Amino acid sequence: MKIAVTSTGRTLDSQVDPRFGRAACFIVVDTETMDFSVIENESVAAAGGAGISSAKVVIDAGAEAVLTGNCGPNAERTLTAGGVKLYTGATGTVAEAVELFKSGKLTQASGPNVEPHFGMDK
Amino acid sequence: MPDDFVIAIASGKGGTGKTTIATNLAHYAARLGQKVQYLDCDVEEPNGHIFLKPKIDRSQQVTIDIPQVDLEKCIGCGKCGEICQYSAIICIKENVLTFEQLCHSCGGCMRVCPADAIKPKPLNIGDIELGKAGDINFVQGKLCIGYVRTPSLIKEVKKHIKQDCLAIIDVPPGTSCPVVEAVKGADFVLLVTEPTPFGLNDLKLAVDLTREMNLPFAVVINRYDIGNDDVEKYCEAENIDVIMRLPDDRRIAEIYSTGQMIVDVLGEYKQPFSKLCEYLDTLKVKLNEKR
Repeated sequence: MKIAVTSTGRTLDSQVDPRFGRAACFIVVDTETMDFSVIENESVAAAGGAGISSAKVVIDAGAEAVLTGNCGPNAERTLTAGGVKLYTGATGTVAEAVELFKSGKLTQASGPNVEPHFGMDK
Repeated sequence: MPDDFVIAIASGKGGTGKTTIATNLAHYAARLGQKVQYLDCDVEEPNGHIFLKPKIDRSQQVTIDIPQVDLEKCIGCGKCGEICQYSAIICIKENVLTFEQLCHSCGGCMRVCPADAIKPKPLNIGDIELGKAGDINFVQGKLCIGYVRTPSLIKEVKKHIKQDCLAIIDVPPGTSCPVVEAVKGADFVLLVTEPTPFGLNDLKLAVDLTREMNLPFAVVINRYDIGNDDVEKYCEAENIDVIMRLPDDRRIAEIYSTGQMIVDVLGEYKQPFSKLCEYLDTLKVKLNEKR
C-alpha cells in the first residue's frame, strides 16, 4: 500500500517532520517495495488552511495512510473525508517510521492531536 | 464649516494607552461642546465602554456570507477548491468540505461553480452596539468568541460613522489587517507609543503602515519619563510631530483601574487634552480649506 510520511528532507533517511500541514515535504512510500517519490509541500508558507491543502495533496497522491508527528483538526477532517488513515506521533527517520507502521507498532489516531496553527513559525 | 473629522487612535504595540487617550479625548471634547462620536473598533476586546459607561439603546447582528454546497447539484469538478486561496472549501472525492472560519467571503467559489451548486449562507460573526455616553454618540463592535473575521466586523462598525461630528476610532493594536481596516479613510491618525525599545520598534511599524496608506499622523508618547529618549530621537529624525506627552503617573494607573477618566479626576491633565483638542481643531480647519 501507498503511505505518505511527512519529512524534513528528500530521502528515506530524513527525519520525520513533526508538522503535517507545514511539513517540508511528503514522501510517498510503497510499503511492499519501499519505492518512494517526493512531493514538495507548497503549503509550507501558506497564509492559512495549510493542513487542508496538504491533505488534498496526500489524497490526490493516492496515499492510504499518513504518518506524521502532529495533525490539527482541519487536516484530520479532510484526510478522513478522503478515506486516509492518520497515524500521529511518528518520530525518527522516514524509513524507521515506515518500519514501525509495517510492524503494526503505530496506532491509528482517533482525531486531531493538536490545535489549528500548531505548526506555524516552527 | 462642516464638523466631520475622523481621527483614528492607533499604536503598533498593545497597552500603550490608546483607549485611555481615545476615551479621555472623547469625553473632554464633548465637554467643550463638540459633537463627538466614539467608535470602538478594537472588536476582539472592546474596553472603551468601561470608561465611557454608555447606555446601549440597540444592537445589530453582523453576518457574512459563507458557501453552502448542494451536493445533489455538485458535479465534483473541484473548481471551488482551486480558486479558494484559504482552503475554506475543498472537493475531496465525491464530497465538498467547507471550513467556515477560514472563509473570507470573496464569493469566488460561487462564481466558478459550473453547476450552480453553491449558495451563500449567513454566518453571525459579531454584534454592533449603539448608544449614548452622556453627549457622546457611542458605537462598539463585539466579535464572537473564537471568530477571526475581525476586519469584516470593523468595516460594519465604521458604517456608523456620523458625518457631522468628531469621530474618534479606537483602533486595535498591531499593524495587521484589522488595523488597516480601522484606520482606512481616517482624516488623521494618532499613534500612541511609549519610550521603550518595544514601543519604538512597534511605532516604526505603525509609521510605515500609515505612510504606506498616505494618512497624516502624529505621535503621542505615554509614560514619557520611563525608558530612554530613542522614540523622541526617532520622531525628530523622521520629522514626526510629537503632539502630546503623558507622564508615568501612578495616579493615572489607579484611576484607570477603577474605570474613571483622567480628565475628571486629575485637574492637571485637562491641559494636555485641551491642547490636543486645539491641535485637532487646527487640523480640521486646514482639512476644510483643502476640501
